[in-house]
Amino acid sequence: MTSARRLGPFNLAALAAGFALLYLPILALAVYSFNDGRMVAVWSGWSLRWYRSLIDNRLMLDSARVTLAAGAVSATLALVAGTAAALVLARAGRFLGRSAFAGLVYVPLVMPEVIIGISLLLLFVQLDLDRGFPTLVVAHASFSAAFVTVVVHSRLVTVDRSIEEAALDLGSPPAKTFFLVTVPMIAPAMAAAWLLAFTLSLDDLVIASFATGPGATTLPMRVYSQVRLGVTPEINAISTLFIAAVAGVVALASLVNKGLLFGRK
Amino acid sequence: MAPAFLAIDEVAKSFAGVSAVDGVTLAIERGEIFALLGPSGCGKSTLLRMIAGFEAPDAGRIVLDGEDLGPLPPYRRPVNMMFQSYALFPHMTVAGNIAFGLKQEGLPAPAIGRRVAEMLRLVRLEGLAERRPHQLSGGQRQRVALARALAKRPKLVLLDEPLAALDRKLREETQFELLAIHRRLGTTFVIVTHDQDEAMTLAHRLAVMDRGRVVQVGPPREVYEHPATRFVATFIGTANLLDGRVTDAAGGVMRVESAAAAAELSVLHDGAVPPGAAVSVAVRPEKLRLGNGMENTLTGEVEELAFRGDATLCRVRLSSGVPVTLSLPNRERTGAFLPRPGERTRLGFAAADAVLLTS
Repeated sequence: MTSARRLGPFNLAALAAGFALLYLPILALAVYSFNDGRMVAVWSGWSLRWYRSLIDNRLMLDSARVTLAAGAVSATLALVAGTAAALVLARAGRFLGRSAFAGLVYVPLVMPEVIIGISLLLLFVQLDLDRGFPTLVVAHASFSAAFVTVVVHSRLVTVDRSIEEAALDLGSPPAKTFFLVTVPMIAPAMAAAWLLAFTLSLDDLVIASFATGPGATTLPMRVYSQVRLGVTPEINAISTLFIAAVAGVVALASLVNKGLLFGRK
Repeated sequence: MAPAFLAIDEVAKSFAGVSAVDGVTLAIERGEIFALLGPSGCGKSTLLRMIAGFEAPDAGRIVLDGEDLGPLPPYRRPVNMMFQSYALFPHMTVAGNIAFGLKQEGLPAPAIGRRVAEMLRLVRLEGLAERRPHQLSGGQRQRVALARALAKRPKLVLLDEPLAALDRKLREETQFELLAIHRRLGTTFVIVTHDQDEAMTLAHRLAVMDRGRVVQVGPPREVYEHPATRFVATFIGTANLLDGRVTDAAGGVMRVESAAAAAELSVLHDGAVPPGAAVSVAVRPEKLRLGNGMENTLTGEVEELAFRGDATLCRVRLSSGVPVTLSLPNRERTGAFLPRPGERTRLGFAAADAVLLTS
């Protein structure tokens, strides 16, 4: 890091403007979640009443539960599928259709969410599946697997292939070698990838609206539908909690991947 | 003849149509240190990886102690390898690394503990059992890798450039250590190296490889003193090659008319070479001497001197314009015996000290 150089006034101003653009709205949202009044834009003193009312809001709490569960399950599925894909890309060498496979794996990274959502909806309808929690989980796992692949693959290519060969050479069959040697070496990336997939699932509104059914409404969906009926400070409160959770998970993922947690090496 | 301990029979391998190993046949004896020596890309590493089981030969067989290794995957072969990068498991301790192979064998824990302790003693790392690889020096890592490869008591140990990553001083010590360990265990070692010094000091016998083929096999001294081809003569040590044509062969002495030497040379040679054949006369720098009175005498002008401690390398341009290198041992401290650059000098070599090369 180039911390030795001093921040000039121009750079400082640019930095401040950038941060303001990004975070002022969020800051306002967070501050007004502690507003005592009913009006969203009129300040009338500090209070935790909207957080308290949140605790009594069954619908919100149910949605929070659905969101967390869907995030955890879909992140786990995505981790398995995405790691498998990364393994093939990093280790299987050249095979017929490798470029096509790599392309297909990474498509969800650039595909508009609406398209993913519609295609999943059509698939579920075609298969005559009732939409609900399971379809929500499958939908989230299928698009976040691509992100897992990116993160795990980038780590996997830095792992010396001969370390795995050494394990084979010492009598450990391939599957055992994967779990005894490869997984411990890529564990930080896998943990970061899981956390990333979890946040992606938490954040998602578009795909969830297509993929889920009446029994499983996620928090972003609930917030969105309530906003259409008018914004209450309760929305600010839930959003603030949500932002805190996502920021926390992202920070954790970055720390894990940098090896600052669960020390790498 | 009894079959060899490790018999490599007409083994071939190509990658994407490019031949890496091209019909190699070798017989390696039990307890031997055998070196595969050659420049990078000569196929020696591919051959080693085929013995370990990481590559499958396109043709030919590899038989170890009567057992065809072909159908065995790497994790079932009684062969262990020490990798050039050492390939230590970063998330395991030194003891964990050494124990890894023993655990795969299903050895009971007390037996594993004893074997690990024995291996640590063998490579003199007793105090470091609980260290992680990144806490070790390069030389210590090298010894952990060696201990790990020896721990399962394999029939055959493969060493891929075992000393390449060590600095010069450590290298010399480690060479002798490796020889002592080999003497104690008696395991068969196959070493791959591009470094002729490493091959010559360690190996009982070596195979010189070039472009996927074995060019010559023999003890280091024999390969050095009787190189079979120009490639071997120049790859192992240095050699002055004087090109010419055979004019006469009588009583084991070849007469070679050499324009490069601007002289007719006599060389001892056993085989039959027809008169008129194009040959090279190879003379090692230390076999060339300054002065008169040898069977072959040349003249030239001293160009450069390079002091090397034990010897001084002296570059002489012969009257034909061809440069040759002499190695003059520094037997006196004054250096008064050395010629000066620009000086005209006579130099020569004995008929028995040169080698006639036809290919």
